[in-house]
Amino acid sequence: MIAKRIIPCLDIRDGQTVKGINFLDIKEVGDPVELGARYAREGADELVYLDITATHEKRKLFSDLVKRIALHLNIPFTVGGGINELRDAERLLSAGADKISINSSAVRNPAFIEEIAKAYGSQFVVTAIDARLEADGKWWVYVNGGRIRTDKELFSWAMEAQDRGTGEILFTSMNHDGTKNGFACEALAHLSENLTIPVIASGGAGKEDHFAEVFTKGKADAALAASIFHFNEIPIPVLKDYLRKKNIVVR
Amino acid sequence: MNVAVIKYNAGNIQSVGFALERLGVKANITDDFDSIRAADKVIFPGVGEAGSTMKYLKERGIDQLLSDLKQPVLGICLGQQLMCMHSEEGDTPCIGIFDVPVLRFPPEGKVPHMGWNNIEDEKGDLFTGLRPDRYFYFVHSYYVPLNDYTSASCNYITRFSAALQKDNFYATQFHPEKSGDAGQQVLKNFLEL
Repeated sequence: MIAKRIIPCLDIRDGQTVKGINFLDIKEVGDPVELGARYAREGADELVYLDITATHEKRKLFSDLVKRIALHLNIPFTVGGGINELRDAERLLSAGADKISINSSAVRNPAFIEEIAKAYGSQFVVTAIDARLEADGKWWVYVNGGRIRTDKELFSWAMEAQDRGTGEILFTSMNHDGTKNGFACEALAHLSENLTIPVIASGGAGKEDHFAEVFTKGKADAALAASIFHFNEIPIPVLKDYLRKKNIVVR
Repeated sequence: MNVAVIKYNAGNIQSVGFALERLGVKANITDDFDSIRAADKVIFPGVGEAGSTMKYLKERGIDQLLSDLKQPVLGICLGQQLMCMHSEEGDTPCIGIFDVPVLRFPPEGKVPHMGWNNIEDEKGDLFTGLRPDRYFYFVHSYYVPLNDYTSASCNYITRFSAALQKDNFYATQFHPEKSGDAGQQVLKNFLEL
């Protein structure tokens, strides 16, 4: 059986790990390579590193970091943030990234997904989608770290991204992110049932049972979280034992 | 030890070099004929597309060179598939070390098969020192059916070859360089052949 994946996410600014709470307030939590290696030892199945560095000049720091991560980590990792053209994707690939995640740049230029998939394969492209459930009952897609609302709707955008060749969808519910009240299971199940590619759930992890829910009710293939891992609120081995007891297949 | 990692026009080849470095071996990532032939061990890694990769290898004569090698050779992922006879990916004739086909997964589950899957029925030198039922990292849309050379199997949509072995030729569909401690053990076993 294929295992459900647990994916810690590390936000990186100027080469250091940070975590945004509700996309706003930011606290530092440590060295990205050391933290990543610790997660790998503890049984994380994959890692995501998101570069939230604001300035172009400092992006170089991130690709240097990616090289160090690739050298030290023996599990797959995805990198995202500021990938706007094929050259950015190529730079991260040659630094040793297994996958890249694109978000705003794909919304602005959907053909970008095809361009990367053609050059480096679908397995290399994760399309990250930030969306918010609004009063009209629809999930609207946001870009620029959740600051700008677009006219795209979650489900049709995810389908389009799949058709254009993305290998996975990473969906973050802005309603749930930072709340620690559980994942957006209904929307996730809808995504997972309608797509033929893996769905990674993000936003809302607060306790062990939220992960059990997101894999059963939410039908997600993988679940991503940040602060509960960074602050060791749920150690990964404890989480995996819990899931095993619930008959969920984990590594 | 002199380990050559075959360089070609796709994928994250660097990561195999890094994995070897973690085992204390500095690999030579190369598409140079003589360096490959002179190596103690040859690794044929791969993430990419069958057709364009075969074209690259043929232009350099590496396809023929590979099948003539006498030292241990390890194909990984696309590397394993290209060591077979023919791939449904782009209807591509391959190197033919293993006279078996490479097929596309039927659309009965999520494709690509991406993530950690346990392997079963593993046998042979690559799997020494591993606990049974270990998980390895897979990323692929095409697979090699079970055959006489199958040295480990995996069950996803269908039961397929997670690893192959014939004489000095070894191959894995999973990525040992990305499969945590279990993968590291497989690479170490290969280096110790």
